[in-house]
Amino acid sequence: MAQYKMHLLVCGGTGCRASQSEEVVANLITEIKKQGLENDAQVVTTGCFGFCEKGPIVKIIPDNTFYTQVTPEDCAEIISEHVLKGRRVHRLLYEDPETLKHIEDSKHMGFYQKQIRIALRNCGFIDPENIDEYIARDGYAAIGKVLTEMTPAEAVDLLKKSGLRGRGGGGFPTGLKWEIAASNKSDEKYVVCNADEGDPGAFMDRSILEGDSHSIIEAMAICGYCIGASNGLVYIRAEYPLAIKRLQIAIEQAKEYGLLGDNILGTGFSFNIELKYGAGAFVCGEETALIHSMEGLRGEPTVKPPFPAEKGYLGKPTNVNNVETFANVPVIFLKGAEWFSSIGTEKSKGTKVFALAGKINNVGLIEVPMGITLREVIFEIGGGIKDGKKFKAVQTGGPSGGCLTEKHLDTPIDFDNLVAAGSMMGSGGMIVMDEDDCMVSIAKFYLEFTVEESCGKCAPCRIGNKRLHELLEKICDGKGTEDDLEHLKNLSNVIKDTSLCGLGQTSPNPVLSTLEHFYDEYLAHVKERVCTAGKCKALKLYTIIADKCTGCTACTRACPVAAITGEKRQPHVIDVDKCIRCGACYDKCKFSAIYVQ
Amino acid sequence: MNKIKSLDDLRKMKQSLEHGMTIRENSNSPESLVQIRVAMATCGIAAGARTVMNTLIEKLEKEKIPAVVTQGGCMGYCYAEPTIEVKVPGKDPVVFGKVDSAVAEDIVVKYIKNGELIDGIIPVNYQSINEQK
Repeated sequence: MAQYKMHLLVCGGTGCRASQSEEVVANLITEIKKQGLENDAQVVTTGCFGFCEKGPIVKIIPDNTFYTQVTPEDCAEIISEHVLKGRRVHRLLYEDPETLKHIEDSKHMGFYQKQIRIALRNCGFIDPENIDEYIARDGYAAIGKVLTEMTPAEAVDLLKKSGLRGRGGGGFPTGLKWEIAASNKSDEKYVVCNADEGDPGAFMDRSILEGDSHSIIEAMAICGYCIGASNGLVYIRAEYPLAIKRLQIAIEQAKEYGLLGDNILGTGFSFNIELKYGAGAFVCGEETALIHSMEGLRGEPTVKPPFPAEKGYLGKPTNVNNVETFANVPVIFLKGAEWFSSIGTEKSKGTKVFALAGKINNVGLIEVPMGITLREVIFEIGGGIKDGKKFKAVQTGGPSGGCLTEKHLDTPIDFDNLVAAGSMMGSGGMIVMDEDDCMVSIAKFYLEFTVEESCGKCAPCRIGNKRLHELLEKICDGKGTEDDLEHLKNLSNVIKDTSLCGLGQTSPNPVLSTLEHFYDEYLAHVKERVCTAGKCKALKLYTIIADKCTGCTACTRACPVAAITGEKRQPHVIDVDKCIRCGACYDKCKFSAIYVQ
Repeated sequence: MNKIKSLDDLRKMKQSLEHGMTIRENSNSPESLVQIRVAMATCGIAAGARTVMNTLIEKLEKEKIPAVVTQGGCMGYCYAEPTIEVKVPGKDPVVFGKVDSAVAEDIVVKYIKNGELIDGIIPVNYQSINEQK
């Protein structure tokens, strides 16, 4: 590799590519040539920086200048000012939403200060399509160490000591999972990487595969050595074309270098990886359903036991881990179990990647140590709530999780605390809600998702979730009763207790947790027929403010059901019983005299 | 590309490759390393700042001193271009004026490596806005 004085790192993740980062790369390269700086500056396409809110991102090394929302037209200025003359282009720097000051470099951005990047260590740092950059950062050194210095049992032991737990949802100890798979005797075993990321708003697995495919390949090979498997499969959804492309490139490069295939590093160990495409069904994130889908069968779960570790893909012992779990593995072997277990809380070690979404200033991908509080994540890293609104709740764990409220803001985030608070870690989606969000509607949204995604195999999930959704719809339409709240609760518990797989067992969680933390809001919907957030259209209450009404009669003429009455030039009145909440009067009124509750 | 046949091959390969990534690794923790800022405004470039910057980078590498060399705008010492600012961890930043390649090598060896003071230091008579409390 040639020595350049400056590296221009451009995000090549799906988000930034959607806003023309490929053109930015092309223009930067053209401008560098135009100014004769080919030997001084290098343009590198990297994975996700996480700061998706303000993409496309261009980061300049070595001064760590962090340019946001760069357009292809900005490239000439970046090269002629910054690269040639050393002057930062101020208008492209990140502006702190509170102080409104431009922040010169990424080291001073609140977004990065509390983050520890382990699983994302290479994302936004190396070119994922260049195996040389991965090797330069100690890539494939972990598999080298494991193959030459450790027995499979020693390696599994190290992983157990590190305290790594599955990042896909349940938090099962990864070392233990490997040990069970290793203990089952068979002529063939399989390592499976679960890249079927399905939670709405979650994109951590996609970003890891797009930004650092090689670490997944390396980790799968380590797993293969530990459990005695020579074949790996990545189950990835076809909706992730860029992740698939980068993974394929990485596999080809690893094969070319002899880091995949037969007799890896001359140790006699052989390992191959193959891709299997999913059609994007949420239930296929469940390991038994995933395995059936890979076998060409319907993506339906089956009863456990037998666990995949005994009888999995093609009836052989199979170890299934999620992408983020694998991404942690190589570093643990390089830096040791003690290093990893020194980060995090007592029972949850290491870090967790979260996808921040919703009503938050810094939407994006973050990696924080376990034990950080929700307050730090939302207000310090996330930059607080959009438009200065009030925080209401945060939904974690996707459709299987629950809502946490203001009183949970100072709870340290780890697997067990989140479960105790009535939610779960899940894969790491974090959707922030403000005062304008109606919690009943939120529960309805998630149920809509699970009804759509239920595979239909078992009755509690297939029928129960549908009924739950109907009840929620009834409440949002202003036709609910107090009995319905009781029904909601009972039905939720039955679905949880009787469903076959994780999807059904957790799908009522959004309902139960909103019922628990926002019971008043449900009650207001059914008793007073009021949606306090003003989201449920059928529950909006339109009234006329007498002081402001001039009696122009515009609203009377607009009302389709003649619910508004009054004398000319006198304040008018809306008949609440006749009103169909269409909002026509509100739109017509020129004097802001119509009040909506 | 030849296949990597052993762990030794892999290590050798890493050694030959890590060179190109040093700049990125170092920029991850600039405050713990020697930081040099070369004034690269028009007058600086005209006076030979680009050559000085290249010399600095090469010399630092030869001496195996991990450092971050960045470009800066005009520092205002037009009479003394090229100028560079050197910040050694734990010490106050020092500005050197009229730096040519020979002086640059001296700065690396004598000032940065051995901690000796050399001629050409411009007394700092300003406070940057970031330092004002």
